[in-house]
Amino acid sequence: MTSQPQPTVRRAEKASVIGWWRWRSVEGYLFIAPWLVGFVAFVLGPFLASFFLSFADWNLVRPPEWVGLEHYRTMFTDDPKWVKSFLNTVYFTVFHVPLILVVALFTALLLNRQLPGIGVFRTLFYLPSVTAGVATAILWRFVFNYRYGLFNQALGMLGIEGPNWLGSTKWAMPAFIIMSTWGFGSLMVLYLAGLQGVPRELYEAAEMDGATAWDKLLKVTIPMMSPVIFFTMIMTVIGSFQIFTAAFIMTEGGPADATLFYILYLYRSAFQWLRIGFASAMAWILFLIILALTLIQLSLSKRWVFYAGEEPA
Amino acid sequence: MEARQGAVRRTDTFESLPKWRRRQVRDLLVNTLLYLIIVAGGIVFLIPFTWMVSTSLKTLPELQRIPQPLLPEVVRWDNYWVAWTSLPFTRWFFNTAFITIVSIIGTLLSCSLAAYGFAYTRFRGRNVLFLVLLSSMMLPYHVRLIPTFLIFNHLGWINTFLPLTVPAFFGTAFYIFLLRQFFLTLPKELDDAARIDGCNSLNIYWRIILPLSKPALAAVTAFTFIDSWNDFLGPLIYLRQDSRLTLSLGLRMFLDFQEGTGELHLMMAASVATLIPILLVFFFAQKHFVEGVTFTGLKG
Repeated sequence: MTSQPQPTVRRAEKASVIGWWRWRSVEGYLFIAPWLVGFVAFVLGPFLASFFLSFADWNLVRPPEWVGLEHYRTMFTDDPKWVKSFLNTVYFTVFHVPLILVVALFTALLLNRQLPGIGVFRTLFYLPSVTAGVATAILWRFVFNYRYGLFNQALGMLGIEGPNWLGSTKWAMPAFIIMSTWGFGSLMVLYLAGLQGVPRELYEAAEMDGATAWDKLLKVTIPMMSPVIFFTMIMTVIGSFQIFTAAFIMTEGGPADATLFYILYLYRSAFQWLRIGFASAMAWILFLIILALTLIQLSLSKRWVFYAGEEPA
Repeated sequence: MEARQGAVRRTDTFESLPKWRRRQVRDLLVNTLLYLIIVAGGIVFLIPFTWMVSTSLKTLPELQRIPQPLLPEVVRWDNYWVAWTSLPFTRWFFNTAFITIVSIIGTLLSCSLAAYGFAYTRFRGRNVLFLVLLSSMMLPYHVRLIPTFLIFNHLGWINTFLPLTVPAFFGTAFYIFLLRQFFLTLPKELDDAARIDGCNSLNIYWRIILPLSKPALAAVTAFTFIDSWNDFLGPLIYLRQDSRLTLSLGLRMFLDFQEGTGELHLMMAASVATLIPILLVFFFAQKHFVEGVTFTGLKG
């Protein structure tokens, strides 16, 4: 008799514990519900929808018509403008990514010292990363102006006659590459954070072994920083495939499509010519390109990225 | 011959210095050199900005002179007034400010809720969903651009601020990730102690976690402000009516007007004016930008 209440209590306790766990599980879903709903409605849904739209011909007026792989075929065999926009973007990426990574890393190395006033420069170099938008695109449009632009005036002082940057099919793209390098500040901040994480002892040990500054850079800093460099490389490649505002403001794709970037062509296809299906196919090809580039970098990374605590291969 | 001997002697004296002294001298030289490089780099780097400001204060004839004078002869502050009032910039300023503020509120609420869910509650499928969240960061925005436009178009939201503000209330993967990483650095005992005192999760979230997360929330606020203020493609697609434009679109319209007249000074004045709020936020919140970058720790 006396021992009877005990199991009941325990059972009730157990039930409430399970109930509590169940409630916490529901609760967890409630907390993430806004994101989950948004993810389905604004990310996953549209992502899949654009896949289906890419097989249709639709201009928002007539009902959509199934055309199968037609848009993809057009892109690769029948649309020199698409090829041009793709090659332009590749050209930009090939020069932009290494340049901005090296400049950011170099500056981070310079600024990674306890010197008075160094913080001011960190702030200064970061500045263009936050002002990137229409205003600075307008600024650069005039920096590269043939007659009264900053660049050609500076070259003029050196006795060089500068090219008509944005008006020349040859020089427009280099102008974009120069302009984009200006925004290295956000990468630099990442590298500075990464440099703080390199253990002092490694440098001390290297010094004991008689390593020069150059040795320390190549054999300690770069390997220890390689995960950060790798991460920023992937993000920069993805970002450089999506350049839009600068192109829209500075050149509108000209001259003669020399700066027709991928997203600019996508924007025009979708929102000016209302080729919804074709633009969706373009978006999916962009997605596949980015996915492929990321996977390639990921597989190559095994050769050079070193994660601390892991034996180098 | 004399000079070389002098040089040898000088090296001798340098060599004869005690080791710590030699090191001090070398450090001083290296640091001075570094300073020079950094300062020179900083000046070159700032030239476009200074040129922008000085151009905005000049007169048209001054601009057309070649070589251009470095500084304006007379500082023309009224260029700003002329540029600002030649188009409804005040209206566009308030439109942009409204979109930005609402986006910040939405982002802070939705992202901190989701981040709390991922950091502090356990539920079936949490890890899978977190992986989904992480991989959704890799999806290019443009792949979902067109169907998202079609949804808002269908809802009749074109030419309203809704497409630019409502999505903020549904969270942004990167900020959820950032906040979760920060929440995980808070001591776990806080959560346990509060539960023993009878707090429920919502209380803990609101009364304990959020007040302790001010630096991370400040970082998210700063990033959202910049993204929203600088956004161009979104407003370009959704806003058409002149009175509904944002500063980005307004500047772009101003550019078209100025092309004909070549009034570069006014163009630069308008551009500088739109940058001022960003510069203010940046100088007051610069610490938070840097912290925001480091919270994510890059480790995943």
